[in-house]
Amino acid sequence: MTPYPIPQRQHWMRILALTPPERLAEVLSPALLAEHDAHWLRRPETGLVMLRGRAGGTGAQFNLGEASVTRASVSLAGQIGHAWVRGSNAQHAELAAIADALLQCPAHHADLIASVITPLSAELAERRATASRATAASKVEFFTMVRGD
Amino acid sequence: MYVAVKGGETAILNSYELLAAERRGDQDTPELTLAQIKGQMRLALARVMQEGSLYDEELAALALKQASGDATEAVFLLRAFRTTLPRLGYSLPLDTAAMRVRRRVSGTFKDVPGGQVLGPTPDYTQRLLDFTLAATGNAPKPMLAEQPLPDVLPCVLDVLGSEGLIEPERPADGDPAPKDLTREPLMFPADRATRLQNLARGDEGYLLGLAYSTQRGYAESHPFAGEIRMGEVAVTVCPEELGFEIEIGEITLTECQMINQFAGSNTAPPQFTRGYGLSFGEGERKAMAMALVDRSLRASELGEDIHAPAQQQEFVLYHTDSVEASGFVQHLKLPHYVDFQAELSLIRTLRKQFDTQQRDEA
Repeated sequence: MTPYPIPQRQHWMRILALTPPERLAEVLSPALLAEHDAHWLRRPETGLVMLRGRAGGTGAQFNLGEASVTRASVSLAGQIGHAWVRGSNAQHAELAAIADALLQCPAHHADLIASVITPLSAELAERRATASRATAASKVEFFTMVRGD
Repeated sequence: MYVAVKGGETAILNSYELLAAERRGDQDTPELTLAQIKGQMRLALARVMQEGSLYDEELAALALKQASGDATEAVFLLRAFRTTLPRLGYSLPLDTAAMRVRRRVSGTFKDVPGGQVLGPTPDYTQRLLDFTLAATGNAPKPMLAEQPLPDVLPCVLDVLGSEGLIEPERPADGDPAPKDLTREPLMFPADRATRLQNLARGDEGYLLGLAYSTQRGYAESHPFAGEIRMGEVAVTVCPEELGFEIEIGEITLTECQMINQFAGSNTAPPQFTRGYGLSFGEGERKAMAMALVDRSLRASELGEDIHAPAQQQEFVLYHTDSVEASGFVQHLKLPHYVDFQAELSLIRTLRKQFDTQQRDEA
């Protein structure tokens, strides 16, 4: 069993899923990946998840349409790592599953949080803040015309 | 006499090659890449994903390339491909209220909490052809505001909701799972969840025409665009092997909340009612059309007279699907040689009788 609380694991799984796979490949050191034998319980498998919406945003659920999702599970360093990522990129699911296993491993946890999750989380926040500022620039500033009498 | 129709194999194989050559076009022009389609044809992509009912930018770009830009054909390709993939489960309901907004406007309130945010819209362009794009289309770097938008923009309709002036939108007791049209056939009367799924997959042009008909008087419709928002929404699933919810990525959605006048009935007070549209990607026209048709299809539950096509469930829902519609219309070009021989000999017989009759009367 993982010794880390669920919210913490949800956080790192979220960051792993939201990071572009090319970036994930950069930050996960090949030396670390080579250190352990990965035993794949489930090789990356792409399938569909039906996305649900709600009528009016808050009402009855309805099926909006599907999204491709890739999942993988690996046994590594005495831990079982899982990954579900949107899209059909097998490498993304593979890297995220390996990272999830290593992050549950006390020998690697602190190091990976500091060297991978924290910086990736900061990058994500930075990307989002910049995008949001660009959007905010298109916010309408109404002004009232003063009628001269 | 039955004439077996066989042959044409070589002709068919050669037609594949012609198709591929026409798709590729002039060999001296660089080939389109999927990255270019994804990056520069995002609205075509959104339509193909929405009507193909599969959110995958890579596959939609491939489908568009293969279909030479024919959206309906690309939708068909995507629908066919999705049947080869296993269904891994259902997402938790998408929380559009928590959307990271890139556009949010209201046609009903000027001063909405959080403001009117235009985003990347063509609404205020003059629709003049921009010949500079024919040469180089280097985009300017967008202006950045000092501050980002708030993380969550409040929903416009909550303003009316807090006064009780709009019908509340709450799930039924127990928040039941909706019927899934990819698993069970369309049956009538169809509940709202089924109708919304059908409309979401439906052809944009068809829904746009129906929506337009409601505005022109073919339904009781007095709509206002209460809120339109577009942006990114988290996708959350709860995998069995984990037993807890995880965010697996995000998608772009466009949501439209239409507000309609409602005079009330014996049981309901006069209030505003809702029509709802939700679409993958930047799909504002689709989301708005869907919202108008969703509202017109609620005629019977709201006790309104049903006299217009857009209010008739069977008429609307049986004809939304472009794959079915295109297939049935286009199947007419396939060999009907034997059917037609029968018709032909019938017409010849009738004609002979007619001619004889004419002669006899003369």
